[in-house]
Amino acid sequence: MGKTVSEKILSAKSGQDAHAGDIVIAKVDVVMAQDGTGPLTVQKLEELGVEKLPNPRRTVFFIDHAAPSPRKELSNAHRILREFAKRAGAQLSEAGEGVCHQRLLESHVKPGDIVVGADSHTCTSGALGAFATGMGSTDVAIAMASGKTWFRVPETLKMEITGQLPYGVYAKDVILHIIGLIGSDGATYKALEFTGDTVRAMSMSDRFTLCNMAVEAGAKTGLVESDEVTRAFLKERERTWDFEEIKSDEDAEYERSIQINVSGLEPLVATPHMVDNIKPVSKVEGTSIDQVFIGTCTNGRIEDLRVAANILKGNRCHPKVRLLVCPASKGVYLQALDEGLIEVFIEMGGVVLNPGCGACVGVHQGILADGEVCLATQNRNFRGRMGNPEGFIYLASPATAAASAIEGKITDPREYL
Amino acid sequence: MLNVGWLLTTNSQQLIPDQVYTMKLKGRAWKFGDDISTDLIAPGRLFHLRTNLPGLAKHVLEDADPDFAKKVKPGDFVVAGRNFGLGSSREHAAAIIKIAGVGAVLAQSVARIFYRNAINVGLPVLICDTSQMDAGDELEVDVGAGKIKNLTKGAVVETKPLPKAMLNILEDGGLVEHFKKHGGFKLD
Repeated sequence: MGKTVSEKILSAKSGQDAHAGDIVIAKVDVVMAQDGTGPLTVQKLEELGVEKLPNPRRTVFFIDHAAPSPRKELSNAHRILREFAKRAGAQLSEAGEGVCHQRLLESHVKPGDIVVGADSHTCTSGALGAFATGMGSTDVAIAMASGKTWFRVPETLKMEITGQLPYGVYAKDVILHIIGLIGSDGATYKALEFTGDTVRAMSMSDRFTLCNMAVEAGAKTGLVESDEVTRAFLKERERTWDFEEIKSDEDAEYERSIQINVSGLEPLVATPHMVDNIKPVSKVEGTSIDQVFIGTCTNGRIEDLRVAANILKGNRCHPKVRLLVCPASKGVYLQALDEGLIEVFIEMGGVVLNPGCGACVGVHQGILADGEVCLATQNRNFRGRMGNPEGFIYLASPATAAASAIEGKITDPREYL
Repeated sequence: MLNVGWLLTTNSQQLIPDQVYTMKLKGRAWKFGDDISTDLIAPGRLFHLRTNLPGLAKHVLEDADPDFAKKVKPGDFVVAGRNFGLGSSREHAAAIIKIAGVGAVLAQSVARIFYRNAINVGLPVLICDTSQMDAGDELEVDVGAGKIKNLTKGAVVETKPLPKAMLNILEDGGLVEHFKKHGGFKLD
């Protein structure tokens, strides 16, 4: 019987003939925690009496969720990570280097890897043809300490995406459409394998956006087969040797195949307070907004900033809207500076934040006032997400966010393209 | 041995249940709806309390029910609808439900990361039909057998017990204890 991408990777790393439903113990390649989850991971490592890590070069701690620290408690939390990383020889990604998932896919993860991270959006790296999944601090501590973890091999939903994306419609709209279709628990415990002509034609940036939000449908991970686009992405980062072709077998067994033709898709918006409350932009057009946030592990890559800057250039941010832009990593930030994009954001009235997660998670940088509305390119709009349970969050593509920043209300981006 | 305990005001010992798996738990139901996210259980605005779990536990589920954290009694149950614990990987969400004294979470369905986290910190989770359970109902829960008696309504709900791998971890009092005891995973 053939295998899905998940079954292939889990078989290779467990040494067993793994199929959906099996429980396996598998070697993990990359393990990470961030400043929200990492201190608890370090505490668990201490309780386990761990002094040496089996794989310190691929054990990474990220200071990104509250970076630079807005309060003393978090400064102390950061110190736990810095001190542990130093003593254990683990890698540390400091404030300003970027969002963990963006840094992982830029520099750490390669096709065929198993990646375990104490952050739910660890699934982002699955776009490289890796098996990447989020877990809690204790699971991650055990994976750091032993180099292994246990998995129930997931059933896979095959998402066959075909058709040309219409003008003004992006990967973000595709994944919002999918989440609206199957629901926020439509793929719980399962893997989502994204395939079809549309995915094969997508940039890595777009594929990361798809996989990033797999968890918003409850999935354990999202995956894309590695191909020439993956190879070129690694080559650009001088990581040619990291490439490996990972494909599902022709006769792989899927729990379900779902066909999605995107050629008739409109720009979409997730409305408060659930990611699966999906509406076409035309249905919410005119909704007044107070803040626009462009960035995050979902849509903070250079391709996203280019789309936004193209729309914003020569316009002004609406006087009642605060625009926040956050490049996903230092590399993205530098490239955006080089291309003049940062200048566009600042000139038109935006605030450019250092790379990190603070605004999206509601820790600092752009917390909403009671009753305020934010249109964001992030992945979650749960009540309280951006630091205030009395706030309202809509999710959309960078294009929709940029057009809305100009108008001061939710706006169809096609008017600006 | 690395010393970070001075910054963290709790340790796993506080999270370990006293043979909770063999006990019949008894307590009152607190009823919640569908899609209770980890942002509602342990919100980002309290991010700075993540190294102070007892402090964070004073706010558990506050944005879903402002009375819960103040009035929950040891042994009470969190009874919810579909997709409980969706969202972030923050284990703190499961840990503070446990610290608040909750005996078990009963839900129609549970998000994947929360499910694993709960078992890892020694918080029993039963996936079962909660539609007939109401706030204040007196429940008796047999975690090992997967059986819930509603003493108020005189009804019994039976469900599949936890998978063996997870029951083993729960029986040992959480994943750290499990790992220490067996020197690795004991899944079957």
